[in-house]
Amino acid sequence: MTLKRNVGLRGIKYRGGGPMLAWILHRIGGVAMVIFVGMHILASFSQYQLGNELGSAFNVFYESVYFQVVIYFFVLFHIINGARIVILDTWPRFLEYQREITWLEWLIFIPLYITTAFLMIRSALVAA
Amino acid sequence: MTTKVAPRVGLSFEYIMWVFTRISALALFLLSIIGIASAFYLGARTQMDVGTLLRWTFFPNSYHVVNSEIPDIDLGWANAFWQVIQMLIVFFAATHGMNGLRVVVEDYISHSWWLVFWRGLIFLIWLFMLIVAVFVILTV
Repeated sequence: MTLKRNVGLRGIKYRGGGPMLAWILHRIGGVAMVIFVGMHILASFSQYQLGNELGSAFNVFYESVYFQVVIYFFVLFHIINGARIVILDTWPRFLEYQREITWLEWLIFIPLYITTAFLMIRSALVAA
Repeated sequence: MTTKVAPRVGLSFEYIMWVFTRISALALFLLSIIGIASAFYLGARTQMDVGTLLRWTFFPNSYHVVNSEIPDIDLGWANAFWQVIQMLIVFFAATHGMNGLRVVVEDYISHSWWLVFWRGLIFLIWLFMLIVAVFVILTV
């Protein structure tokens, strides 16, 4: 049984605002992490068990600073948004303020992300 | 607009996985804190870079950290406690992630045979990940 809600391209027309953006980023980030960890396992398997060069090529790809800055965005957002979901599910009376809580979430996310991304890019530039 | 079938009340598979997603998220928070705090306690503050710290936090295994600057693999790390922590992290993370993938995939699929195919595929990937992880953890 699948849900009868608009999750494809038609869903974009649904103007959900901040909470919908959080939902879609949580979803994209979750799939991105599954792909990243899956790629990581396959690359290690290929490198150490089969001993071919494909694994090292994947390693170069996901150890690059561009990839790491992007995946860090999704991982950090998934963590903070996941905490919001758990808190709101545990105390549903706060659902009344969920737009404000979504803003609070960005207030926590943005300084953490910008600081770390700045340090990551700076150390990559220094190393280059 | 078709009518929507109301979900069954009680212990359904979807409800159990809904609860599991929350529990495993909290467990991963706790396990990450244990991993990062122990890594700092065992010398990450002065002797490891960030990549090494994260490798230790999420999969502290000598295969995984072969190119990292770990001070003392044999003394501080390679023991049963860390093997148990690794297995817990892999179990919670793989199950959380694969269930999440199932939820996302099922939102975009309506054909029943296609749905069965995807469920089977995701279940096999999940099982494969767990078996490989336990094999890697136990052959230190």
